[in-house]
Amino acid sequence: MGEIKIIEIKKSVFADNEQDANNLRKELKAKGIYLLNLMSAPGSGKTTTLIQTINRIKDKLNVAVMEADIDSDVDAIKIKEATGIPSIQLHTGGMCHLDAEMTRQGLDNVTTENIDLIILENVGNLVCPAEFDTGSCGNAMILSVPEGDDKPLKYPLMFSVCDLVIINKTDVLPYFDFDMEKCKKYILLRNPRAKVIPISAKTGEGVDDFANWLVNEVKTWRCEK
Amino acid sequence: MHELGIVFYIIKNVKQVAEENHVDHVSNVVMDIGEVSTIIPSYLTDCWRWAADKETLLKGCKLTINTIPAVTLCDDCHQEFETVKHGKTCPHCHSENTWLLRGNEVEIKELQIES
Repeated sequence: MGEIKIIEIKKSVFADNEQDANNLRKELKAKGIYLLNLMSAPGSGKTTTLIQTINRIKDKLNVAVMEADIDSDVDAIKIKEATGIPSIQLHTGGMCHLDAEMTRQGLDNVTTENIDLIILENVGNLVCPAEFDTGSCGNAMILSVPEGDDKPLKYPLMFSVCDLVIINKTDVLPYFDFDMEKCKKYILLRNPRAKVIPISAKTGEGVDDFANWLVNEVKTWRCEK
Repeated sequence: MHELGIVFYIIKNVKQVAEENHVDHVSNVVMDIGEVSTIIPSYLTDCWRWAADKETLLKGCKLTINTIPAVTLCDDCHQEFETVKHGKTCPHCHSENTWLLRGNEVEIKELQIES
């Protein structure tokens, strides 16, 4: 055994990704495109929510969707059939999240001409996607009523990175011990800036609020210098 | 299970540093991992073993993890407390107006090269 040489690094593992993400945001800004990173646990109703929402805003904005999953293309096909807008499927090859580089590769496959809004449906997972900045202009997540009102306490990072928390499946509230006020309190504890919108993607209740939020976000993003 | 993704990032960074320093084999990579960084050290070392052994530069290379204790600061009484023990609520004045001082680090501290 010889001598040991030490090279000091002292660098965050996420630093490169954060740099990539910032560059991507600048490029999107220059093109006038708003990229929304939509996250949630599996089965919270992301795809159904998107279909309902896109059908309400597609006359006002040109929308495209990128679906990220470990495998299959059921979500991309469902979105395309139900809304008629362009949608592509990304496969993460077993990875539980998307990073900025993967997002960029996905964007290269979307026609960005005349597109105002691209929605990235991230892998269903409340832990990993929160760690990796995708380069999106805004982050939103869906929490569904059956998952429970205590989730903001269990997955604090996810709730702290989101600009918007959608609480979906309000139609089943009578059947669950879900305390809406308590849940809102927990969310704001993690993230005082978060906006909370309760919806039911099934009945359509509240979906207009989400649609308006999106239209407004796109407008603000374009006006900001 | 984002540990594998993190391992790929570590390898990418280590490769770059090794190249800049003309190093052809690294024997130990030392990480500073915060207690509330959401990384499970045993998963990280398992993923490391699998991925590192595929690289000539990192064959047999160890991954050493230094755990950084998580500390939260209370904005109301300005005292510090252990995050894992007390969570978001200050044990001194019961305020929830608190923020994490340290403990979410995922940093590569240093590389060790045996010659």
